[in-house]
Amino acid sequence: MIEFKLPSLGAEMDEGTLLEWKVKPGDRVKKGDVVAVVDTSKSAIDVEIWEEGTIYELMHEPKETLPVGTVIAHLLEPGETPEHAEEEKRRMAAEAKAAAPPAAPSPAPVPGLVPAPAPPSAEARVRASPAARQRARDLNVDLAVVTGTGPHGAITIEDVEKAAAAAAQPPDRATEMRRAIAAAMARSKREIPHYYLATDIPLARASQWLTARNEQRSVTERVLMAVPLLKAVALALKRYPELNGFFRDGAFVPGAGIHLGVAISLRQGGLIAPAIRDVDRKGLDELMRALSDLVGRARALTLRSSEMSDATVTVTNLGDQGVDLVHGVIYPPQVALIGFGKITQRPWVEDGKVVVAPVLTASLSADHRASDGHRGALFLVELARALQDPEKLDTGTG
Amino acid sequence: MSEGSLKPVTVPRELAIAMLRDMVRIRRFEERCADLYGQQKIRGFLHLYIGEEAVAAGAINALAPEDAIVATYREHGHALTRGVSANAVMAEMYGKREGCSRGRGGSMHVFDAATRLYGGNAIVGGGLPLAVGLALADKMQGRQRVTAVFFGEGAVAEGAFHESMNLAALWKLPVAFFCENNLYAMGTALARSESQTDLCVKAAAFKVPTLKVDGMDVVAVHEGAKQAVEYVRRGDGPFFVEFQTYRYRAHSMFDPDLYRDKAEVEAWKKRGPIHNLTNRLKAEGRLTEDDFLAIDAAATHEVEAAVAFAEAGTWEPVEDLARDVHTEPAR
Amino acid sequence: MKMTYREAVRQGLRDALATDPRVFLMGEDVGKYGGTYAVSKGFLEEFGPERIRDTPLSELAFVGTGIGAALGGMRPIVEVMTVNFSLLALDQIVNTAALYRHMSGGQFSVPLVVRMATGAGRQLAAQHSHSLENWYAHVPGIKVIAPATIDDARGMLKPALADPDPVVIFEHALLYNFEGELSEPWRDVDIASAKVLRPGRDVTLVAYAGTVWKALEAARQLAAEGVEAEVVDLRVLRPLDDATIMASVRRTRRAVVVDEGWRTGSLAAEVMARIMEQAFYDLDAPVARVCSEEVPIPYAKHLEDAALPQPPKIVAAVKQLLGKT
Repeated sequence: MIEFKLPSLGAEMDEGTLLEWKVKPGDRVKKGDVVAVVDTSKSAIDVEIWEEGTIYELMHEPKETLPVGTVIAHLLEPGETPEHAEEEKRRMAAEAKAAAPPAAPSPAPVPGLVPAPAPPSAEARVRASPAARQRARDLNVDLAVVTGTGPHGAITIEDVEKAAAAAAQPPDRATEMRRAIAAAMARSKREIPHYYLATDIPLARASQWLTARNEQRSVTERVLMAVPLLKAVALALKRYPELNGFFRDGAFVPGAGIHLGVAISLRQGGLIAPAIRDVDRKGLDELMRALSDLVGRARALTLRSSEMSDATVTVTNLGDQGVDLVHGVIYPPQVALIGFGKITQRPWVEDGKVVVAPVLTASLSADHRASDGHRGALFLVELARALQDPEKLDTGTG
Repeated sequence: MSEGSLKPVTVPRELAIAMLRDMVRIRRFEERCADLYGQQKIRGFLHLYIGEEAVAAGAINALAPEDAIVATYREHGHALTRGVSANAVMAEMYGKREGCSRGRGGSMHVFDAATRLYGGNAIVGGGLPLAVGLALADKMQGRQRVTAVFFGEGAVAEGAFHESMNLAALWKLPVAFFCENNLYAMGTALARSESQTDLCVKAAAFKVPTLKVDGMDVVAVHEGAKQAVEYVRRGDGPFFVEFQTYRYRAHSMFDPDLYRDKAEVEAWKKRGPIHNLTNRLKAEGRLTEDDFLAIDAAATHEVEAAVAFAEAGTWEPVEDLARDVHTEPAR
Repeated sequence: MKMTYREAVRQGLRDALATDPRVFLMGEDVGKYGGTYAVSKGFLEEFGPERIRDTPLSELAFVGTGIGAALGGMRPIVEVMTVNFSLLALDQIVNTAALYRHMSGGQFSVPLVVRMATGAGRQLAAQHSHSLENWYAHVPGIKVIAPATIDDARGMLKPALADPDPVVIFEHALLYNFEGELSEPWRDVDIASAKVLRPGRDVTLVAYAGTVWKALEAARQLAAEGVEAEVVDLRVLRPLDDATIMASVRRTRRAVVVDEGWRTGSLAAEVMARIMEQAFYDLDAPVARVCSEEVPIPYAKHLEDAALPQPPKIVAAVKQLLGKT
């Protein structure tokens, strides 16, 4: 039997609200199938499954808010019978009981967020009057966040009405997201010993090459400079893998592929960094399509769970905003962030002559626990070198 | 009592035959009830009057139509004698809507406003104060009516008896207290429960005139009752009559009847009220066997018709369950 | 017009006796003595011994006689001196008066009125201090009413006598000397509804008979602290006027039931159960009650006071509901 648990869809996520099941008991699923839609503090996310099997039972209903790691469905493994699954469940329940104290290790603490709701039990029930409960249902107020002033601290109807009035502003996803980013960034700055490196990279060759390439294509097929930059980062990371991956439980874990999280600012505020997978193996056109698609869907809040959680490193490009240099904050548990400033025409010495050339300042923020400045510097040098050879960037499947 | 010294029947033939007819009707009716109880057509408590028929038949035939009757839970005979139809009583036993109490009362709660039968009371002694009140209402409204209240000797042990006798005597109310002394309060013999077993002495303590009557002789019952009713109707206060009688059957169905000798029952059966009267009437040449067989056949026919009526009856709809808890407002 | 509760009851009785020849008063010491609580003083002379009947100490018989007289066309008012003695007549009230109509298939109604004093508070000790209104209110077939105000003491008898079925009237013994205003012009009252005696928004105090005045006193004390209590006088203990109770509880969302009966199986328990059944989702706090302590009512003043519902207990119960303790 397979336990399908609510996945973490980002470091700042420790709970999610099940919005919709996309499968029902009896459905056969395979890796990558979308099985549910979950609302995180950031957006509604399609949750994929990474196992193959048949849905046996759905353990939770839509609207339920669940801690990450909650078993939300059971699946039968290929060839497994329901009887066997029941037996497994009994066995697991017995083991869980035997192992009850101490409690299962909680995921890495994420300060600043609403504490995970305790599993439902009589003791943990919110004490609220019947009238308060009725009014809370009518006004769609979550009693868990209302402070009671009645007997024994019970929530009264007035408490609910006050809470509803306070929340009268439209449900504030921006505030939620701000909180989530704050939590993640605070954790990053608290836990990760950053070091910062930067280098100027001339892009005359790359931009000439790209302009020529784009001239042969229709407007919709043209590739932005951001794309070769991403590809160059991916190729450089291939040589310096200690910058690509995660720092977990006191040790560096290399990423399974090179999945670049692309920081995308949202119109309503905040930002997210969904991943483009296997950037090193994709051609520029394919990457361009992937990037357009990602930005569009990020802004429409229809990202897939893997895109939210897969990034092995993050690239942030603030050039469009007009800054020269980025000192990025690493997105935990990643270990590096590559920042790009704007491309400017600057005097540049080439072959002993001063010329005017387009130049970009690339920076690296890296986790000193996973890598050292020496390796980081070599990475930036490699990045700069890769961009001097733009034809080689256009390799891959499409 | 030997054949040679039969007491003369000192009432007109017409009345004697009427009382005989009532006794036979009660007998046949109740025998059929016992049968129907076995068939589970009749449920709950069923107290049979068999053996005691002379009391109801003799006493009630001494009442005027405007008089009132308050009876006990052993009251089928009183209802039939009073003129409540066998159909209505049997349907009541069945619990049918066509019953005299719409199936609400059953065997123990036979009511009939038309004949002023105020139940059917299943609390021993419960009807006594009620009778005093009915008599009080008559007296206060200047009506020359009598209220006859029937009760067993067991009720004499209740406070209700003493309180009611006292009040009726004190206020000189027109109540005929008819005590049906069948010797056993359920299974407890009179001598085992009362220090004074002469019930008339108890009544006399309230300055109420009394009479002790052979309850197996319907003529004696009638004459005693008549004397009491006439006294009461004059307005001089209540009268107490003890009818010495005997029930042949158990207190109610499923009573093992362990508290008395079979021989005692058999001895009383020899004095049975029906053959007591038939024998005397026959000896006087006022009744033939054919006359009796005709009376018996008519009674049997009436009872069978009542069973058919009850069988064909309908159940009160459950929606009417709460009807008549209170008087419904006029619609 | 200002008058005592006693005078109001007396006027109601006198009115009934004077206007309906079927009405008569019967009970212990109602005549020569003038009524244990002097309610019927002078009636014997005014209406004569036929209609003002002193009875022997035979509660069972004279209550049963009242039932019979009612069946016989009279409109008896039977006075049982106190609820304590009414236990001797309980059989007639429960087994006869209450049942006759239903058990006879609707043939016989019992238009009987039984009056009795109830309640404690006069150091009469355990056997003379009962509040057993709930025993009667339990029984289908009878109506149970409890006038607490001058208007009701004056006005509830007439509709009770007009009712075709048995009505039991409880008069709290402490109220007889209570003085108040009789409404002018005089208006008939009903025996079907409860009444809001004092409006309030924060909590409903449900009370009846003697506890009405304690609830009003508690409401006065609460008002001084900014808590507005609504006081509902049940008036009719059977059948309960659910609509008035629920309307009040829905407004205030909190209720304290005040009942001089013992807590267990009390009328208060019944009222609370109905609030749960009918107004659960309007409640903002558990329904509370203030009843008599579960002890025989003692003689000594301080112990008797401690055993009975008192305004401070009501105030404390309200504060607890409001989360103010």
